[in-house]
Amino acid sequence: MTRQLRALEIDPRLVGMLGALAAIWIGFDLLSGGAFLTPRNLWNLSVQTASIAVMACGMVLIIVTRNIDLSVGAVLGFVGMLVGVLQARLLPELLGLEHPATWLIAVAAAIVAGGAIGLFQGALIAYLGIPSFIVTLGGLLVWRGAAWWVTQGQTVAPMDGAFRKLGGGIEGAIGAPLSWAIAAVGCAAILAALWFARQRKLRFGFAVRPAWAEATVALLSCGAVVGAVAVANAYYLPPRVAERLAQAQGLAIPEGGLFIGHGLAVPVLVAIGVGLAMTVLAMRTRFGRYVFAIGGNPEAAELSGVNTRRTLMKVFGLMGVLCGIAACISTARLNAATNAAGTLDELYVIAAAVIGGTSLAGGLGTIAGAMLGALVMQSLQSGMVLLGVDAPMQNIVVGLVLVFAVWVDTVYRRGIR
Amino acid sequence: MSVPLVEMRDISIAFGGIKAVDGVSVDLHAGEVVALLGHNGAGKSTLIKILSGAYPADAGEIRVRGAAARIASPRDAKTYGIETIYQTLALADNVDAAANVFLGREIVTRWGTLDDAAMESQTRQVMARLNPHFRRFKEPVRALSGGQRQSVAIARAIYFDAKILIMDEPTAALGPAETKQVGELVLELKRQGIGIFLISHDIHDVFDLADRVSVMKNGRLVGTARVEDVTKDEVLGMIILGKCPPGAVPGPGASADA
Ligand SMILES: Nc1ncnc2c1ncn2[C@@H]1O[C@H](COP(=O)(O)OP(=O)(O)OP(=O)(O)O)[C@@H](O)[C@H]1O
Ligand SMILES: [Mg+2]
Repeated sequence: MTRQLRALEIDPRLVGMLGALAAIWIGFDLLSGGAFLTPRNLWNLSVQTASIAVMACGMVLIIVTRNIDLSVGAVLGFVGMLVGVLQARLLPELLGLEHPATWLIAVAAAIVAGGAIGLFQGALIAYLGIPSFIVTLGGLLVWRGAAWWVTQGQTVAPMDGAFRKLGGGIEGAIGAPLSWAIAAVGCAAILAALWFARQRKLRFGFAVRPAWAEATVALLSCGAVVGAVAVANAYYLPPRVAERLAQAQGLAIPEGGLFIGHGLAVPVLVAIGVGLAMTVLAMRTRFGRYVFAIGGNPEAAELSGVNTRRTLMKVFGLMGVLCGIAACISTARLNAATNAAGTLDELYVIAAAVIGGTSLAGGLGTIAGAMLGALVMQSLQSGMVLLGVDAPMQNIVVGLVLVFAVWVDTVYRRGIR
Repeated sequence: MSVPLVEMRDISIAFGGIKAVDGVSVDLHAGEVVALLGHNGAGKSTLIKILSGAYPADAGEIRVRGAAARIASPRDAKTYGIETIYQTLALADNVDAAANVFLGREIVTRWGTLDDAAMESQTRQVMARLNPHFRRFKEPVRALSGGQRQSVAIARAIYFDAKILIMDEPTAALGPAETKQVGELVLELKRQGIGIFLISHDIHDVFDLADRVSVMKNGRLVGTARVEDVTKDEVLGMIILGKCPPGAVPGPGASADA
């Protein structure tokens, strides 16, 4: 059994996390009398996870370099306010209401603003040598305060229609046909990636997985993609919305009702896209290699000629960019910008990364693990809401789970040493 | 005599109040092995770390092939063809041998992504020369033995066509067979015209491999000698007592009663 698992070359920690996630899902489903594992609940779960998952990708790299970023929630709040004011007040005056370019300008502004804040904090950390804990603790207070100052605490609403799609909801889902198309492209990409990796290894005469293992990995990966899309497509639009859609397109409504699937939500696609891009960045680029080398031994990285300061500053800049993207997602989902948006998010983001196997000692962590960690956290929270657990109790459970998960990971790591 | 490959003149550096290196001058010619000797804490590692760009000197001058060199970072040193095997090895423990060998100089594919297969293949070739028994290419170097880690550090220094090689106790953790292999490697690199600074506490190794020895004591240079002109006992006297024998050129650190 272990030999077969090894032949698959799957990270055992990832398998463990998937197992934990499955246990949580099944547990909540049983406790809630089958209300958890419904397409509707899973779809909402995916949308609620998106913003934390996006930020967790950046937090992995930060923690890998032996740093921390406590400011992400506050940066999200501040950038969210900027984006809200920009599209609800400034752009309508300049371009007119619901101008097609509004959402693009808003998203670009969020990315630039978030990135600039991140680079600035990163410069203080990398070049002035101020500990990241202090810089970002200061940042937490500064940006949270700045979020209030943007409108003197007023909530800004509503958001631009096209921008709102970033938050999910009925308009923010891409529909079943497009979702299937994405599933097909995804499966093709998985197969191609596996094939090229195999060819490359063969060319250099390195060992490759046995054919059965390769096929199993391909089947499991593609199965996961198809399964996720099938679930999203099985969550149907409310009958009245479906009827309105049918009328608008001049379609007849069949007997027994009209079933139009939501398909994947836009924020989920954004999160998956970010996750893939960040995985490539972390595993397949020089920048990612330097990030991990710095985490393993900062002095060695410097002596090897790596520009450790610039790399560190870029890591924080990247974190800022991801905060900007997350700010768009959460502002769009709320359809409003409030100065309290993202409060406590820094803790959830750090927890997601750590539950996902990122070591606070540095040098160790994966993007996929962190995104799974975000999903685990959100599953716990949604599940408890479903069961009617009150908010203080939810916090207690999440806190306990965090400590427990890290303990399990520590024990596991001691075991493989 | 030809222009030296490297000249370090009157180099000084202090940490806090301690003068770790104090007015030391050494030089190195192409195809030459110069051994740096001295007791623990004499300042050998600190001196060569100035040459490798790890520390900026407080005073003094470095010339490479006769021209003043500005070495402010390890990257600068590498552009002069200076490669270093550090006493601490300076390996990133959490990545594999190939990642360490190529750290800072990765091979990339057409699309600019890391070409791990190519790097591993190259690493296997260099390691075959250094340590033919080395097999653990997939593991993070944390999982390797001290000697295996040292082999990785050596592989990193010799892979990139060094012109000037600094070896700070390169065989400290190696077994007899591997030590012999490194000795042969030193002679081969020397034949190729590479200049080598070798730091070692093994006086027999030094006499086998080096052309000249420079001895440091308490941060100062006791003297420099050709190995033919001095005996092992005289060199030990330089290291322990700071006494400069007649066959050596005395430095500022030579004891007065010599
Ligand atoms: N980064 C540093 N900060 C403070 N003091 C230092 C530093 N590096 C070296 N020193 C001091 O400088 C002196 C010389 O140290 P160095 O490492 O150069 O000795 P060494 O000759 O290489 O000794 P060994 O044979 O033990 O390797 C020592 O007294 C040491 O404590
Ligand atoms: Mg030393």
